[in-house]
Amino acid sequence: MSEKDLDQLKKEAAEKAKAAALAKRQAKLTGESAPQQDSKPADKPEVKAPANDDDDLAKRKAAAAAKAKAAALAKRAREQGEAAPPVEAPAADAGDDDLAKKKAAAAAKAKAAALAKKAREQGEEAPPVEAGGDDDLAKRKAAAAAKAKAAALAKMKAQEAGGSAAADGDDAKAKAVAAAKAKAAAAAKAKAAALAKQGGSDAPAGGDDEKAKAIAAAKAKAAAAAKAKAAAAGKAGAEEAPAAPAAPAAPSPNQPYLDKYVKVIEENLGPDVLEDYYINKLSKDVPTLVVKRDTYFKLAQFLKYNERLGFDYLSELHGTDFETHMEVYVHLFSYKNRQSVALKVKIDREKPSIDSLQPVWAGANWPECEAYDLLGIQFTGHPNLHRILLGEDWVGHPLRKDYEQYDVEV
Amino acid sequence: MIEDLLQSNPGWANFGIFFLLGAVLLLVVLGFVTYGILAERKVMGYMQLRHGPNQVGGRWGLLQTVADVLKLLLKEDIIPKLADRPLFILAPVIAFAPSFMVLATIPFTDKFQFADIGIGLLYYIAVSGLTTIGVVAGGWASNNKYALLGGMRAAAQMISYEIPLVMSVLGIILLSGSLNLNDIVEAQKHGWYILLQPVAFIIFMIASVAELNRTPFDLPEAENELVAGYHVEYSGFRWAFFMLAEYVYLFAMSALITVIFLGGWLPPLSILGFIPGAVWFSLKFTLVLFIYIWFRVAFPRFRADKLMEFGWKVLLPIALANIFLTALIKTLFFS
Amino acid sequence: MLRTEEMLLNVGPQHPSTHGVFRLVIKIDGEIIKEAKPVIGYLHRGTEKLAENLQYTQIIPYTDRLDYLSAMTNNYVLCHAVETMMGTQIPERAEYLRVLAMELGRVASHLVWWGTFLLDIGAVSPFLYAFREREMIINMLNELSGARLTFNYMRVGGVKWDAPEGWIEKVRDFVPYMREQLEGYHYLVSGNEIFINRVKGVGRYTKEDALNYSLSGVNLRSTGVKWDLRKDEPYSIYNRFNFDVPVHDGGDAWARYQLRLAEIEESLKIIEQAVEQFPAEGEILAKVPKIIKAPKGEAFVRIESPRGEIGCYIASDGKKEPYRLKFRRPSFYNLQILPKLLKGENIANLIAILGAIDIVLGEVDG
Repeated sequence: MSEKDLDQLKKEAAEKAKAAALAKRQAKLTGESAPQQDSKPADKPEVKAPANDDDDLAKRKAAAAAKAKAAALAKRAREQGEAAPPVEAPAADAGDDDLAKKKAAAAAKAKAAALAKKAREQGEEAPPVEAGGDDDLAKRKAAAAAKAKAAALAKMKAQEAGGSAAADGDDAKAKAVAAAKAKAAAAAKAKAAALAKQGGSDAPAGGDDEKAKAIAAAKAKAAAAAKAKAAAAGKAGAEEAPAAPAAPAAPSPNQPYLDKYVKVIEENLGPDVLEDYYINKLSKDVPTLVVKRDTYFKLAQFLKYNERLGFDYLSELHGTDFETHMEVYVHLFSYKNRQSVALKVKIDREKPSIDSLQPVWAGANWPECEAYDLLGIQFTGHPNLHRILLGEDWVGHPLRKDYEQYDVEV
Repeated sequence: MIEDLLQSNPGWANFGIFFLLGAVLLLVVLGFVTYGILAERKVMGYMQLRHGPNQVGGRWGLLQTVADVLKLLLKEDIIPKLADRPLFILAPVIAFAPSFMVLATIPFTDKFQFADIGIGLLYYIAVSGLTTIGVVAGGWASNNKYALLGGMRAAAQMISYEIPLVMSVLGIILLSGSLNLNDIVEAQKHGWYILLQPVAFIIFMIASVAELNRTPFDLPEAENELVAGYHVEYSGFRWAFFMLAEYVYLFAMSALITVIFLGGWLPPLSILGFIPGAVWFSLKFTLVLFIYIWFRVAFPRFRADKLMEFGWKVLLPIALANIFLTALIKTLFFS
Repeated sequence: MLRTEEMLLNVGPQHPSTHGVFRLVIKIDGEIIKEAKPVIGYLHRGTEKLAENLQYTQIIPYTDRLDYLSAMTNNYVLCHAVETMMGTQIPERAEYLRVLAMELGRVASHLVWWGTFLLDIGAVSPFLYAFREREMIINMLNELSGARLTFNYMRVGGVKWDAPEGWIEKVRDFVPYMREQLEGYHYLVSGNEIFINRVKGVGRYTKEDALNYSLSGVNLRSTGVKWDLRKDEPYSIYNRFNFDVPVHDGGDAWARYQLRLAEIEESLKIIEQAVEQFPAEGEILAKVPKIIKAPKGEAFVRIESPRGEIGCYIASDGKKEPYRLKFRRPSFYNLQILPKLLKGENIANLIAILGAIDIVLGEVDG
């Protein structure tokens, strides 16, 4: 009895979803009315669902994803618009166009989220119905299906948006997102189905329990999908980001780490330790901290000995002459947490001097000698600072940009 | 024949004969060294996936060592400015002379022997110890830190390993009741000492490698640690003397092992007695030589402190136990 | 009480066991080392300075000469850094060729280490055995790139040359052959008492020391830290292969010896799988502009070379030359711990300890 019913219900749900999709697509085509359309499907599920934590989470995640998309699009827009660094200033026609597209994309996202919510609600409303397990299961399945559809829809949307933009990067991104979503959705469906079947066999017994579990699972899946999406978006964003690191952050997988570091540092060392911090998109999304000169050593110590950070390994230390200033770049790694961080400090070019990290990491010994040798940076507190590569009688520091060769011909 | 000469009255004629014989033996030994080195290089070559010398003197490189020696003789003689000059010159001679002297007692066959002295074995071991002085002197005189370290290592090693060497042959002396090498060979008519004294043989073999400064006991001249050890400052002919001493010792040691453990010129079975003793001797001698070369190819080098530990803590107690056991067996069953 | 005098001994820059021009000033009491001071820089060629006036493709030959025993990984780290900045997608075939080249290079590099380390210990023969196999690898890489040591093979976006006909088959046949030889190595050397005596417990340090001194690669893994960038921060296509990261917790030369041989085995596994999956055809160079310009900004990438973690930092101002190029050279970092290890050891151990760290002077001096 159950199988058939389930199928039917599924079909129905699918049709509903499809209808919604159609409507949405139309809306998209018409373009301007996007925001309006947006509100409509959102109204539907407003059947006062018990405001659930998970629900919120999913919503928030979806929203974040939407934002990410929007950001990525905006970035592209900026690229096209070239002369328009702030996102909000639509300078050229191209910018306008993109903005519209962005809006549409955001709308699509919201819709997808709404749909998902609705589906979930259906599942949630089910428990009070007396019919026992079967009915609910069917509903749940339907919900799952609907969700999957929604995902597919979103994908389509994304693809459209990407396609019309004719930008390779976007396409790739969209595809990645879609793939992640589809996978998660499929998994959810499979799981729901399996559970349903299981529930069907021993229907009256632990129906409710199983149901709840199934719901939770489905929710989790949805959340995972959203997350994966976000991650994919972030990655895709990172790959295509040719602009300076100042670009508005498409959430990078390492963003939480950066936030954590900054939080821990600010909690313990006060707010004015760091000059700046960001995710370096060009460098495999490494969280980068730019520290003030006088707190450099303190921060380094803190990074190593703080239990939540625990950067026990100095992977690289070197200096660079940026003509306006010198910079020391330190790449740290924590074998405990398996996380990297890049630490940078700007120092005065005329009298370059900075605390030595040798007392903190013994491995900084030679690299600091090298930086001293080739750039003339004085590391105070270094036990044996000497010209390690060139020898003490060498004149000048070759890696400085104003270095003049002794014999130009060579 | 030499016995008669030794017994006869001294005179210019006798001196001439002795000198001539000595010169002949030297030439024989030099010939051996030439082809011993070639054999070593060839064997090592084939064990190490190469061919060894194959250009000078035909396909087998028969003249390679000759050419090498010639080159050494023609090389400029360099004495470091701050070296201890007289000692620096003397050291190779001190190192080489004993190696040639020990050959006198070795009975190559029952007829071919230079000096059949009663304490032949003792003579051999005592005289061969003199070489250490040459090595240490060379290391010291060079005024080079690596050479000094090499010389010191050589002194420590040679003295340490002489003790188990002597101790291991004591068992044989107990069994044969004589220090005379001819008597020892004769005593092996009914069974070689390698079968009767296997433990002694193993200890003697190991200690002799250490005495010869060969891998795995080549610490005094460890190339990778001390560059070349005691002879790092030597070149040309002086260096050749050190090398010569080393290979003459190789010759002498192989001969000694043949004599005291493998029955000298005796055939393994009495029915094979129709083959002359010289052939047997050279066969056994070659076998021992081959084993030495084989060692050199197969082993890494010992570490100085482990070497000492091994000599004093392992070889010496075993050798002592061997003496005790031999004495026990001899008193219980053969007296 | 006998008065003894300490002696200052110069080991190198010309010494058979320093593997190049490395100098070590040691203060010895008898044969016991009281203090050791490494002196480097004899092979400094200013690669980083030179690179500031060269286009990215022109820098590649210079990387060959850093770690001349595994030039392929050096090639790769530079290309990888530029590609990371540019976001270039590398064609499949090129990725496989790169992995094959790098792993063959790793086997060759470890073979050289095995041979020379035993040579330092005083065993001459293994050196020649190792070079027989290495020669085969060098010949294969020669067929691939046209050079035996300084390959100059990789380019930003892919590789320069496609595999010649029959090359993949050669590599395939090499794997079982090498496995057999490896067994022979173990049979010949790994069980030798004298050898074990020389390396066991020699040059021991703890995990904390290893991390503190920024050691990487086998030097780090020998203290029980299971960390291999190929596995833990997969680059290229290493996540497609099934291989182990051998670790040991001895922390001594003996552990490092075993790990390097085990790594040869793992590399062979990777080569085997890469040969199996090797795409029949395809592009070997991505569509990259003729003149490569890394976008403005900076990047630091690190990969696993046979000697440890090799990294490349590029600061670019968007021009065709890097504004600043810096290599994290594993040998340079690994060598730092040497003075600490040598204190109280004797001269024979000096050789074993230095050999077990596995340095290449071209890389130490940059």
